[in-house]
Amino acid sequence: MKEMIGLVGVSAYLSLLTVGGGMAAFPEMKDLTVRVFHWLTDSELVHLYSLGQMAPGPNMMMIAAIGEWVAGPSGALLVTIAFFLPAGMLTWWVGRLWTNLADWPWRASIQRALGAVSIGLLLAGVISIAKAAVAGWTGGAIAAAVFAVLMLTHMNPLPLMLLAAGAGVFLFR
Amino acid sequence: MSNELHPETEVSLGRIFLAFLTIGATSFGGGVVGYLRSSLVGSLKWVDDETFVELLSISQCLPGLNASNMAILVGDRLRGGPGALCALIGICLPGGLIMAAAAAAYHATHRDYPIVTAVLHGVSAAAVGMVLYVAIQLGAKTIRRPSEIFFAAVALFIVAGLHQSVLLALVAVGAVATICYRPRRDP
Repeated sequence: MKEMIGLVGVSAYLSLLTVGGGMAAFPEMKDLTVRVFHWLTDSELVHLYSLGQMAPGPNMMMIAAIGEWVAGPSGALLVTIAFFLPAGMLTWWVGRLWTNLADWPWRASIQRALGAVSIGLLLAGVISIAKAAVAGWTGGAIAAAVFAVLMLTHMNPLPLMLLAAGAGVFLFR
Repeated sequence: MSNELHPETEVSLGRIFLAFLTIGATSFGGGVVGYLRSSLVGSLKWVDDETFVELLSISQCLPGLNASNMAILVGDRLRGGPGALCALIGICLPGGLIMAAAAAAYHATHRDYPIVTAVLHGVSAAAVGMVLYVAIQLGAKTIRRPSEIFFAAVALFIVAGLHQSVLLALVAVGAVATICYRPRRDP
């Protein structure tokens, strides 16, 4: 029961940090789930994050995986609701308000400020994931190769992820 | 008016749920917003391009994922609160079920099967390259002036360098940047 309350609290809090994208919340997610609550290890969290990248839909559906990991199917359901409902209600309400504020001059100021900050937070998320996921030059080479191919081709990343899974079998076993 | 919707007839809740379920089940690779645009603006014609961009900018400013926020806003415009709920559940359901099943399978197997760990090591490394690519793509679209690079760098330093919370960086840097970009009368 105590674990469920912790899961709901952490999910609801994390959802409020996902301004500009789910990745922005990753450093805090790592801190809370690994260091504070000890639900999983650093590498287990990154593995779940990576699985999340291969699943369809919003990229942070891995939150359901954390719930399942800690407390089974009911944990997955509860965590998903706690993650999407509070931010969802806020969006729903602001969406209606926003329409009425179309001419409010501060709207553009807030939008521009949060836009810049969210990019910094995204990059912090990348560093946080890289620290846990890239160990040694082989991991670094895979990360660099995927980045380079995507920058050059803008292709769908799924085939690259599958290729990296295959490479993992040869390089990390 | 940019908020007007295209459909002449009212869209049913079941139709909204199915449309977002399809997007949620087929949008691989973290680019859900791209899939949303091609469905909602392209094939379904439920919103026009102008409205889509307006809703996307609301989604990006608010907590919550861009994709789920978009689902809520579009669902709300089509059929109010129930429409928003149907769209949200639809877009989250496939990925949520897959991730819960994947976590259960991983939990049960990875300690006994080093091959599972090896596969995930490879995928994790690739994910780093992918998230860096997504961050750079979004940055190129969002950041246009040196001051914006500065605020992004300060937020990055607070979280990655000083190990302070994301919330602190968001509120503190966001407030300073908002004041810096405050509305001014045109000269």
